[in-house]
Amino acid sequence: MKPPAFDYLRANSVDEVIDLLREHGPDAKLLAGGQSLVPMLNFRLLRPSVVIDINRVPDLDRISLTGHEASVADSTAGALHLGTLVRHHTLESSLEVRRCNPLLAAAAAEIGHLAIRNRGTIGGSLAHNDPVGELPLIAVLLDANLHLRNPAGERSVPASQFFVSLLETDIGDEELLTGATFPEVRSDTGWGFEELSRRTGDFAIVAAAATLELDGGIVRQARIAIAGVGDVAQRFEQAEELLQGGALTREQLAAVRDSIEQSCTPTSDVHASADYRRHAAGVLTCRALEAAWSRTETGAPS
Amino acid sequence: MTSKVALRVTVNGSKYEREVPSRQLLADFLREDLGLTGTQLGCEQGVCGSCTVMLDGDSVRSCLLLAAQVDGAEIVTVEGLAQEDGALHPIQRAFWEHHGLQCGFCTPGMMITALDLIAKLPLAEGSPELDQKIREGIAGNLCRCTGYQNIVAAVRAAAAKMSGQAEAEAGSTDSRESAP
Ligand SMILES: Cc1cc2nc3c(=O)[nH]c(=O)nc-3n(C[C@H](O)[C@H](O)[C@H](O)COP(=O)(O)OP(=O)(O)OC[C@H]3O[C@@H](n4cnc5c(N)ncnc54)[C@H](O)[C@@H]3O)c2cc1C
Ligand code: FES
Ligand code: FES
Repeated sequence: MKPPAFDYLRANSVDEVIDLLREHGPDAKLLAGGQSLVPMLNFRLLRPSVVIDINRVPDLDRISLTGHEASVADSTAGALHLGTLVRHHTLESSLEVRRCNPLLAAAAAEIGHLAIRNRGTIGGSLAHNDPVGELPLIAVLLDANLHLRNPAGERSVPASQFFVSLLETDIGDEELLTGATFPEVRSDTGWGFEELSRRTGDFAIVAAAATLELDGGIVRQARIAIAGVGDVAQRFEQAEELLQGGALTREQLAAVRDSIEQSCTPTSDVHASADYRRHAAGVLTCRALEAAWSRTETGAPS
Repeated sequence: MTSKVALRVTVNGSKYEREVPSRQLLADFLREDLGLTGTQLGCEQGVCGSCTVMLDGDSVRSCLLLAAQVDGAEIVTVEGLAQEDGALHPIQRAFWEHHGLQCGFCTPGMMITALDLIAKLPLAEGSPELDQKIREGIAGNLCRCTGYQNIVAAVRAAAAKMSGQAEAEAGSTDSRESAP
C-alpha cells in the first residue's frame, strides 16, 4: 500500500511552518506524530499535495510550569504548558506532568499502545479531535487553553470553543497549533478517569473524567466530561451542579447518573448501541466520581 | 516539486545514503530498498504491530512513518538483534526456549516491542502485575497462530534475564570503580 503522491517538506522553525502553510494553504497537511494522518494517507482518504513535517521544529516539545497564579480566592493554581510536539509517552511518564496534572498523565497512558504513544503528539491528538480521544476529553474537562500561530500573529482559544464537531476544530487552514495550557490539578482536587474499550489500547467506546475540588470536606466545584456520547467530548454542567456544596453521597451519585442518562444523546454505531453508550456514560461517570472522591482522602462516599 | 528526498540513516549499525520518494513508508524502504524483510507488513494502519522497529531507542510503527522522516536517525530491526557472530539476543533466545513463535510472522514486531517494554516498564521479577503488564504491553501486536501464553512466558523470561544482566553489569562497574 502506498500513500498518494505528495511533496515532503520539512520545516525547521515555526515561521517556516507558517510560510509553508501560507504558500500551500488547504493543499498542505501538517505531519506531527503521523499516528492518525499516515493511516488516512495509506487508505487514501486524504490526498494532500504537500506534507509539512513539523517534528524538527525546535522548542515545540517543551514542558514548563508556571506556578501559583492567584486565580481562585486565596488558594493558588499553577499551569502546565505543553508544546504541541510533546509525545503521549512523555505525558504519561514525565514527573512534571504527573505532579502537576496526574489526570492528564493517566489519560495519556490509555492511548493506544506504547509504539503509538512513542510517536503520537498532544497537538496532533487535539487537532485531530477524535470523538473518543483521551486528550480532547481532558482538555474539555479542565477547559485547557489552546495556542495557535497564523500569518497575522497568535491567538488562544479555550477548549470550550476549540472542538467544533466530529474531527473538526477551530484551527484555520493557515494555522499551527503550537501548544496547550492545562490548569494544575491541585492536591485539594480529586480526579477520576474511566474508559471502556474492548481491549487494552483500543479506542474507547465511552470515556468519562471528573474532578472534585474540595474546601474543608465540601465540594466547591465538580467537573464532569464524557466522550463517546456525541461528536465531541462534552461537559455535563447540570450534573456537576448536583454535586456542589456537600460531601459525595450515594444519593448524589444516583442523581448524577439519572441526569447524565437523560441529557446525553448518543447514536448507535458498529461499536455500541445508543442505549449501551448512555448506560456506560452513567456508570463510568459514577466510577470516575468515586475515584475522585477517594483521591481527596475523605474516604468512601457516604 | 521535490518528489524525492535525500536520506542518510543508520540501520542495524550500517550507514546508508539514498534518495527516497516523498511518499515511501519506512517499512517499504527497509524491506524493498535495503532487503531487510524481517520487518513485516500486515495492516498498514498501525494496528497489528508486525512492522514495529526501534527508532532512536523507541519502538515505532514503520508503516506510519515516512522513510524521509528518519534522516539522521538510528534504526534497529529484528535483523539487528543478534550479535555479529550469530549469538542470539536474550529476547530471541527466550522466544526460542519458550516456543514463543510458530509461523514467525508476528515475531519480529513482538520482539522489538518486548525490547522497548523491558526498557521502559518496571517489569521486575516477582511483581504480581508482571504478567498483566506484559499482556497489556503486547496487546498492540497480533499473533494469529502461536497463542499468547508462550509469548508472555518468553517476554517474562527475557525480562528476568535482561534485568539480571543489567544488575550484573552495574555490579561489575561498581567493583571496578571500588578496586584500588
Ligand atoms: C493503533 C492506534 C491506536 C490508537 N489509539 C488511540 C486511542 O486509544 N486514543 C486516542 O486518542 N488516539 C489513538 N490513536 C491516535 C493517536 O492518539 C494519534 O497520535 C493522534 O490522534 C494524532 O496525533 P499525531 O501526533 O500522531 O498527529 P498526526 O497524525 O501527525 O496528525 C493528525 C492531524 O492533526 C493535524 N495536526 C497535527 N499537528 C498539528 C499542529 N501542531 N497544528 C495543526 N494541525 C496539526 C494533522 O495535519 C492531521 O490532520 C491511535 C492510533 C493508532 C494508529
Ligand atoms: S503493518 Fe504496521 S502496524 Fe500493522
Ligand atoms: S507466530 Fe504466527 S502469527 Fe504469531
